[in-house]
Amino acid sequence: MSVKKHEGGMLINPIRDGTVIDHIAAGEALTVLKILGITGSCNEELSIATNVSTKNPAVKKDIVKISNRELSKSELNKIALIAPNATINIIRNSKVVDKAGVEIPTVVTGFVRCPNPGCITNSDEPIETKFKVVNGTLHCLYCDNILKSDIINYII
Amino acid sequence: MHNMHHIISIRDFEREDIDALLTKAQQIQSLGSYKQTLRGKLVALLFFEPSTRTRMSFASALARLGGEAITVDSVEGSSISKGETLADTIKVVSSYVDAIVLRHPKEGAARLASEFSSVPVINAGDGAGQHPSQTLLDLFTIKENMKLDGIDLGLLGDLRYGRTAHSLSYALSHYDVTIHTITPKSLEMPQWLSTELKERGTEVVEHEKLEDIINDLDVLYATRIQRERFPDMASYARVANTYKITPETLKDVRKNLILLHPLPRAGEIDPAVDALPYAKYFRQAANGIPVRMAMLEDVIL
Ligand SMILES: [Zn+2]
Repeated sequence: MSVKKHEGGMLINPIRDGTVIDHIAAGEALTVLKILGITGSCNEELSIATNVSTKNPAVKKDIVKISNRELSKSELNKIALIAPNATINIIRNSKVVDKAGVEIPTVVTGFVRCPNPGCITNSDEPIETKFKVVNGTLHCLYCDNILKSDIINYII
Repeated sequence: MHNMHHIISIRDFEREDIDALLTKAQQIQSLGSYKQTLRGKLVALLFFEPSTRTRMSFASALARLGGEAITVDSVEGSSISKGETLADTIKVVSSYVDAIVLRHPKEGAARLASEFSSVPVINAGDGAGQHPSQTLLDLFTIKENMKLDGIDLGLLGDLRYGRTAHSLSYALSHYDVTIHTITPKSLEMPQWLSTELKERGTEVVEHEKLEDIINDLDVLYATRIQRERFPDMASYARVANTYKITPETLKDVRKNLILLHPLPRAGEIDPAVDALPYAKYFRQAANGIPVRMAMLEDVIL
């Protein structure tokens, strides 16, 4: 893999095996990690770059590189939901083996909280939240409430 | 045994499902109450919040079909207030009975119950959420008086928070109905709902004044305007007065107009209107019996 240069010089070292998530909206890298359940105390070698310049001077982006971990389909789908413009490359032996097409899932289970305080999913019941995805908005399958733009604030 | 099914939300109903249930209710009604199809069946009326009328109506419907109701008189003192989850309560209760009728303050409670129950669940209202038996009896009452297609229906009152109006308008979007909303400012139908209705091909026309549209309606569905939606008594009184239906309001309406209200009313309809031929709200309440009989038969048999 050729070393990718950015205007400010090389920000993150290329990785040999793992996953590169690029074109995350600026400031949302940490949310992506949260969705993946990656914290500072995990074993993966992580590189995070935030507010990286792009060809368009008005647009900044975040990049996340995770060594030795290939994301599962369901993890990719979760990312698609909050970072629909992200591109995800799976790297093996320093080569991009898969430019994973992210696919917004049709049902989202268990990682978003319903914004409606009166919803049964916000009570102490042994259930996971369930939302139907409609044009990028989430419809609670329990209370019919709709979660629109601020999905990130409701990630569990 | 056929696939178990529940009645949770009117949104789960296709037009054919609604029509089939209304036809069943109509047949039950024409037979009178001597059809003991649910003899030997037990139904738990599980009411986690008081709603005397809905409970009585289900109990009556069940008794008329020969079934028996088991009720919990008070939630206080039962395991429910001792912190048991609804899921556990449902698992246990569903092993005692042939069906559960559930009323619960939390939205989505009936959906949850259906996931943990070994018997069919009927939603008798979950918080600000769904109350499908109300919607079905509303439709039944309209259908008793006119075709459900090609009509102009006015929804009057609090369309922002009123779940009866939300469910009814969604159900009507299966039919060729023009919906006229008549609301004070700030109690308009939520944008997401009117958009959804329009996407489903239903024409929604907004009005602020009742007199602008009342003479062109086939159905006027009035709902309660709650005092607590207003900052003070004066602004409530002003609005309540503007939308009050009196014999005077109705003097030039269509001959076939029917006036509906989910009851109890809080001054929206002058009692002097009760004697006019348009007043169908007591009939509407009575129709809760055949409709709930049909629902019980539908899930149990
Ligand atoms: Zn919900």
